[in-house]
Amino acid sequence: MKEKILEVKNLEVSFKTYAGISHAVRGIDFNLHKGETLAIVGESGCGKTVSSKAIMRLLPESNTLINENSEVLFHGEDLLKKSENEMVSIRGSKISMIFQDPMTSLNPTMKIGDQIAESILIHRQISKEEAYKEALEMLQLVKIPNAEKRMKQYPFEFSGGMRQRAMIAIALACKPEILIADEPTTALDVTIQAQIMELIGELQKELDMAMILVTHDLGVVASVADKIQVMYAGKIVERGDVREIFYQSTHPYTRALLDSVPKIHSTNKETLYSLKGTPPDLINPPVGCSFAPRCEYGMNICRKKYPELTKFSDTQECNCWLHDPRADVRNLPENMIRRRQ
Amino acid sequence: MDKKEVLIEVKDLKKYFQVGRNQTLKAVDGVNFKIYKGETLGIVGESGCGKTTCGKTVMGLYQATGGEVLFDGVDINKLNKKEKKEFTKRAQIIFQDPYSSLNPRMTVGDIIGEGIDIHKLYTGKERQEKIYELLELVGLNREHALRFPHEFSGGQRQRIGIARALAIEPEFIVCDEPISALDVSIQAQVVNLLIELQQKKNLTYLFIAHDLSMVKHISDRVGVMYLGNMVEFAESDELYQNPLHPYTKALMAAIPIPDPDTEEQKKRIRLEGEIPSPVNPKPGCRFVTRCRYATEKCHQETPKLEELVPEHFVACHRAKELMEDHPQE
Repeated sequence: MKEKILEVKNLEVSFKTYAGISHAVRGIDFNLHKGETLAIVGESGCGKTVSSKAIMRLLPESNTLINENSEVLFHGEDLLKKSENEMVSIRGSKISMIFQDPMTSLNPTMKIGDQIAESILIHRQISKEEAYKEALEMLQLVKIPNAEKRMKQYPFEFSGGMRQRAMIAIALACKPEILIADEPTTALDVTIQAQIMELIGELQKELDMAMILVTHDLGVVASVADKIQVMYAGKIVERGDVREIFYQSTHPYTRALLDSVPKIHSTNKETLYSLKGTPPDLINPPVGCSFAPRCEYGMNICRKKYPELTKFSDTQECNCWLHDPRADVRNLPENMIRRRQ
Repeated sequence: MDKKEVLIEVKDLKKYFQVGRNQTLKAVDGVNFKIYKGETLGIVGESGCGKTTCGKTVMGLYQATGGEVLFDGVDINKLNKKEKKEFTKRAQIIFQDPYSSLNPRMTVGDIIGEGIDIHKLYTGKERQEKIYELLELVGLNREHALRFPHEFSGGQRQRIGIARALAIEPEFIVCDEPISALDVSIQAQVVNLLIELQQKKNLTYLFIAHDLSMVKHISDRVGVMYLGNMVEFAESDELYQNPLHPYTKALMAAIPIPDPDTEEQKKRIRLEGEIPSPVNPKPGCRFVTRCRYATEKCHQETPKLEELVPEHFVACHRAKELMEDHPQE
């Protein structure tokens, strides 16, 4: 197994709101190894973006509460205890992030070339000319035609796909070890999405970079992820490698997610599996399993106590009472019952 | 359905925008289609292909530059004010961007109730009940009626938009990327909801999206647009099983399928480059710059939609020979 570069331990993030304290991320643990792609999937509001922003320390300090016992260890050093100055030197150079919306995350008043050069200049002691030259190389690397001309243009002159490429160029300009891609292709068209994902994949291999891919597009996940973790209401409910999740998922929520996507070969207008209800209010999260109110296999215990972790393999584990030996599994689909390790 | 009644007929629809001196952006350039009562017509294409403009022109939100949009036989571009109001009661639109399409200074209840007020459908308690009913119909709670749009997530806002469109019980709804901002599980809910409402109220949809699998799922017939032109048009199963236009083929290949094994084995047809600018387009096939089958003829002549297979139309000079060369591709 490759070197572990990021270790998240008991990450808990809450926000102060007018209505009370919203527990957006409620204690998650995960590891990231060199070169691997970890996909975090889940519905909006499940805490996937919040956890990735917490790793980058990008959440506004005024209303964010991070539990004192939470740790985000990057090469053994806790990022949550770093000063803002130290973070500045890590952000963009060791860990980079690509955001969902390429229009709002680029500076509209700065030329693209300057924006890429800026990130190089912040992190490395080189002259402006050299930084500019490297910026040009980056722009060529992300396959923007006419890169020289494009360097002098503003974001509004770029199409959505090209803006996203420019963002990737900025994010990768300092050859980071970890790339956090928060819905990198959600705003893009499928043919452009295919290009961008292929590009990210190539660059990832070239730089041996680890990636955290935050997305809800299961198609993209199937094509690029090594490991998947499924989040629901601020907790990780199931994790596993890509085939385990797609073919042998054990958590009813994972099932529901997979079943709600129309299969391209399925017949038309047949009712899709749809989850009833909405995710719980995170200001008063439920005591037991937070998925219980929407779960078709919900039992009494589910509402009372949070399920323990069940391990199925080295990589796959899930929090669900259905896998407790005492659970009644007669109603379960057969392929959902997996032998515990 | 034996007897298909045409609800909307679009004839040679054109919408140009003047973007500078001698610069014309041809967003929609001669599109023809019919929408039958109770069916769903899907339009897919990449951004900038004119699908949204097409939808908005069909709704009368843009004045068409040329061509006609016949709603129940009447051209909607020639309506007077009163007729226009009558038309807006029968046709509604669900917008793509749930962030900018809701008035941030109105409560959700008022946003949904606005249409009811304008058309004077219900008042007082009845109006309130209707709003609650709509909120629950789209999967929100009654209490949400008093909140403001900024308190909602993107998915919830989109459902507010759907509730607003449904409030006045229209016959025809243009769904302009109604689900692209939503989560998968919510997408399924919304699509199921749209299908259910369609069956219950015999609604007609023009469903515009770039999510091809969803479009296939919901639509009876699908049109593929590229740079203001309709390049392929067929029944949805036929289109997905047997795409004929090189662009449609590439589009199909680019859809990521939520199945790791299929993804691994998939033969990719990479499209290089992006959609060229629709400003002052050159004559000839619009797809020529990205097409690997392009010939001299493609640069000269704009291909017309031809019925190669019954009920399956393609606008490509080489579609026929490609179909004969690689029947299984």
